[in-house]
Amino acid sequence: MGRYVIRRLLQMIPVFIGTTLLIFIMVHALGDPVNALFGDRAPDPATAAALRQQYHLNDPLWRQYLLYMGGIFTGDFGTAFNGEPVTSLMGTAFPNTIKLTAVAFVLEMVVGILLGVVSGLRRGRSVDTLVLVLTLLVISIPTFVTGYVLQYLLGVRWGVFDATAGNPPQFQQLIMPGIVLASVSLAYVARLTRTTIAENSRADYVRTAIAKGLPGRRVTVNHLLRNSLIPVVTFLGTDLGALMGGALVTERIFNIQGVGYQLYQGIARQNSPTVVGFVTVLVVIFLVANLIVDLLYAVLDPRIRYA
Amino acid sequence: MRGARRSSRRTGISGLGRTVTVVAGTAALALAATACSGGGGGGGSNSGNGVVTAWWGDPQNPLIPTDTNEVNGGAVLDMIFTGLKVYDPKTAQPVNAMAESITTQDQQHFTIKIKPNWKFSDGTPVTAHSFVDAWNWGSFAGNKQNNTDPFFTPIQGYTDVHPESGAPKARTMSGLHVVDDHTFTVALTHKFSTWPDTLGYSAFAPLPKAFFANPNKWEQKPIGNGPYVIDSWTKGQQMKLSPNPDYIGDQKPKNKGILLKVYTDANASYADLQSGNLDVDNNLPSSALATAKNDLHGRFINAPAGILQTIGFPLYDKAWNTPAAAKVREGIGMAIDRATITNKIFHNTRVPASDWTAPILGAQGGYKPGLCGGACTYNPTEAKKLIDGNGGIPGGQLTIAYNADADHKVWVDAVCNSINNVLGNSHACVGKPVGTFADFRNQIVAKSMTGAFRSGWQMDYPLIQDFIQPIYETGAASNDYSYSSHQVDSLINQANAAPSRAETVTKYQQAESQIDKDLPTIPLWYQNGLAGYSANVSNVLLDPFSVPVYWEIEKH
Amino acid sequence: MPDSTGPGGPGGREPGGHQAPGPFESDNQNLASIDAGSLVGSEDLHGESAPVPAADLEAREKPRSLWQDAWRDLRRNPIFIVSGLLILFLLVMAIWPGLFTSTSPLACDLGKSQLGATSGHPFGFDTQGCDVYARTVYGARASITVGVCATVGSALLGTILGGLAGFLGGWFDGLISRCADIFFGIPILLGGLVFLSVMTSRSIWIVVLFIVLLGWPQLARIARGAVITAKQQDYVTAARALGASNTRMMVRHILPNAVAPIIVVATIALGTYIALEATLSYLGVGLKPPTVSWGIDISAAADTFRYAPHMLLYPAGALSITVLAFIMLGDAVRDALDPKLR
Repeated sequence: MGRYVIRRLLQMIPVFIGTTLLIFIMVHALGDPVNALFGDRAPDPATAAALRQQYHLNDPLWRQYLLYMGGIFTGDFGTAFNGEPVTSLMGTAFPNTIKLTAVAFVLEMVVGILLGVVSGLRRGRSVDTLVLVLTLLVISIPTFVTGYVLQYLLGVRWGVFDATAGNPPQFQQLIMPGIVLASVSLAYVARLTRTTIAENSRADYVRTAIAKGLPGRRVTVNHLLRNSLIPVVTFLGTDLGALMGGALVTERIFNIQGVGYQLYQGIARQNSPTVVGFVTVLVVIFLVANLIVDLLYAVLDPRIRYA
Repeated sequence: MRGARRSSRRTGISGLGRTVTVVAGTAALALAATACSGGGGGGGSNSGNGVVTAWWGDPQNPLIPTDTNEVNGGAVLDMIFTGLKVYDPKTAQPVNAMAESITTQDQQHFTIKIKPNWKFSDGTPVTAHSFVDAWNWGSFAGNKQNNTDPFFTPIQGYTDVHPESGAPKARTMSGLHVVDDHTFTVALTHKFSTWPDTLGYSAFAPLPKAFFANPNKWEQKPIGNGPYVIDSWTKGQQMKLSPNPDYIGDQKPKNKGILLKVYTDANASYADLQSGNLDVDNNLPSSALATAKNDLHGRFINAPAGILQTIGFPLYDKAWNTPAAAKVREGIGMAIDRATITNKIFHNTRVPASDWTAPILGAQGGYKPGLCGGACTYNPTEAKKLIDGNGGIPGGQLTIAYNADADHKVWVDAVCNSINNVLGNSHACVGKPVGTFADFRNQIVAKSMTGAFRSGWQMDYPLIQDFIQPIYETGAASNDYSYSSHQVDSLINQANAAPSRAETVTKYQQAESQIDKDLPTIPLWYQNGLAGYSANVSNVLLDPFSVPVYWEIEKH
Repeated sequence: MPDSTGPGGPGGREPGGHQAPGPFESDNQNLASIDAGSLVGSEDLHGESAPVPAADLEAREKPRSLWQDAWRDLRRNPIFIVSGLLILFLLVMAIWPGLFTSTSPLACDLGKSQLGATSGHPFGFDTQGCDVYARTVYGARASITVGVCATVGSALLGTILGGLAGFLGGWFDGLISRCADIFFGIPILLGGLVFLSVMTSRSIWIVVLFIVLLGWPQLARIARGAVITAKQQDYVTAARALGASNTRMMVRHILPNAVAPIIVVATIALGTYIALEATLSYLGVGLKPPTVSWGIDISAAADTFRYAPHMLLYPAGALSITVLAFIMLGDAVRDALDPKLR
């Protein structure tokens, strides 16, 4: 197990370099950011030249990349164009996103698995069809539509929740955004759980447990659920990284200044320190989450052994 | 297998159903409880302590007067600084603020006397040096300030401190000279009679000694001499301002402070406005325009501002720079049904334009509706004749470029549909979204546009000069069209040298008539200032720059 | 994009070492029923096809392949029939929109902006005054093309790369998996902005290419997992013992059994790709006029639904129905292909 972990950690390095380099190149492909700093006016050539010098924009791409990555290892993630260091942007953005992701994650786990279990056990009945149709609807409606509709209905019209999240957001202000963010993943978790529960409810060991006279709840929780959850755990693990980096639409609608929002600002202003800085941290989180899921997988299923 | 299935259903998995119901019910109750206690709709963050919550956008550049070129930073600078002049919110006329008097004998050399006893909020006095040092610091190229052109360019010595290329030859401008603590003189490079009226712009603000000692530290929490001081500033999120106790000017705040909140999206701030969590919102989304008056029970302002929207043409492209193409442009202008667009798309928050200035100037200031002739009048048959009879649209298809990260798609599509309907060809005109504002500006600055592009102008100060010279003079800073006309250039110089306001206006209007013949841009509409406000506040008005007059707002 | 596993294997997590057969597969293969081309990896344990003595095999009808069994089940499945017909209907609408309406989707009269349903215009008008019904009908082509082509593209690319990675293992596996990780790490908006602004045209094919580039890692992961699971089966060992070459094993033994989860995920992915087109339009980097698509209309109408809901309802409804149809199809196909769910 130890050697496996080390091998995976080593493999993270090329992925890290590959992703950050790719993002760096992509932000640069967007073009020169200096002209936009002058707003709607033509840039003053002297100032523009000085700014390009200051941000090393005249250096060849590989040198800019190395300079930036070198800076990261000393904790300097660069500065956004308004003078704000990227680390302080991260300091406010990550806690907000982590809170939102936590709410969404809990929702998707609890409600998704619950729905999946119920519909998996009652396969073919009306509950199952209902859950199926609901999940399909949720998958087919784009997030921004769900977001706007819920914000208007629950936030403005009926006043059930606050329409937007404050700064910093409190947990009850994150429930509605959490629902919106979790909705598609919730549907996936429900369907996945349903499939595996339905498969496994025919397994021999389940029949044995029932024949032994165990109460239904125990059969479900101790035997069925434990075995069925492996693919679900896999999915949840990868979803964590996706939730954190992909909450852009939700954050925009509910005024949560998290990672997605900062990424959007960075991209819109073509500020590569912000974009590469945030993506770097996201990549690390994503890789670590993957690794943990893989290790967890070995824990959950004793037949899996890592050389 | 069938047997097994039946038995498994019977024996006890149904018990699960009960558990599920209980769990789900509890969860729902818990959720409802937190929701209710969370103050849904009421808004704990907007309690009545006299502080007005207002919408804000995140300034892109540091909050230094000579580095701020957009309206969000400008709004704060207007709150924390009082410059030599201010623009009356109701009449847009420049009025002396810190200036005691500004005199000149020859429209080129000015003597400025400032009022005594003014202090910055850190207690230090405001002197002539506060102005002169600030202007020198901002103009010095080594400080990389991006908003000095065209404000400081008329001053003698500017090209020495801020050459186009190469190292600066001096740190101070030769045209600025301090006489005593309350007097200084300014020498311009050319006659410019209305120059004193430009001094209300935020770039001309004075700066305290604390700034020069350490600009970065000052910028964390700027110190000024205006009606408000900054209590706290969380960059990118919010800024809290409270009244300046040492302020001795005329704009005394009628509230206990302002809390500026940065929002990620215009719809989010509008949702907060409707639910009472936000007091003043001057960034209404286009989706709210139709219903704002009803949603807010009349608490909606739709007032003229100094903003003109146009479509620009790349005259550096040979195909567009012919006399025939000028006629085609006139035809394009004629094919745009401005009245219907401003009514249906903008719900009358825009007014069809018929000159190159804005109504806020008033007739005395140079606003002259109808100055723009055919190109601003909707005339489908004539339009088709002009376009078809002069070689059609260069390149075969008109593209109107715009930056996709702002709210332009709707009106660009409407303009194109109007042109398509007139020409009877659904592919005659098409919108061309560019991914980011930065990319859009890059293409414009690099002069690589091949078709028309969205263009516009928000005035820096309410003078007709500001609508013409910075845009249409040869080589001007905002001349994105490579437009060059000897007549216009010489008329501009004559206007600036004219001794009286009326003569300046006349000359500039003559320049406009020439622009009407050449049509580097086609005026579309004047954009109004819009704001909505909550039931907690009153006396909300917008200044001519469509920024709320924060110090006048009263909160219950 | 969410990684949804199909039936059987653990959906592509990489153990790096020895991997036992997936949790729910039996080790007890019935040797008598091995047919060298066409056996599912795991027999249904619960008795529907009991072991048959070898001599009786010839006496019965020719043993059916997995695909023939699946088709027989599908034919009888009402969900498959309904979704199949629906998809056929949508395809006809996409290919021949003129059959459904004679109004042009580009004929817009601003005077009718945001009006509701009137005679001859059952769905009302949008903000520009264009007929919503015509735009919904014509929009099917772009949206379905994007969905179908992007799915086919990413499924092909993902299956080839993921399948090879699973089959060959070793350094090749590591390389492909890490490449997939890299692509996973790119935020959609950044990728969209760059890719779609660097490309001068923003045609359907560019958007398809972008989605393929973003979507192949998910399918590669599924394919890899499925191939690894299939690789462990005894019949593969048997085939190798019989002297089958790598290609033959891959094509005739492994792929047919591994392809079921790929199909399922692909049909779900198709649904999400069609919805993704709408999100790209919302972010400003999707298809652009004069292309007509549901995504463009939905993103334009998203925030005006309070007072003009018809502009959002019909394109969003059409999109939902399409996604529903494809996912139902995927469900039916999976149910037919998966013996454990019989």
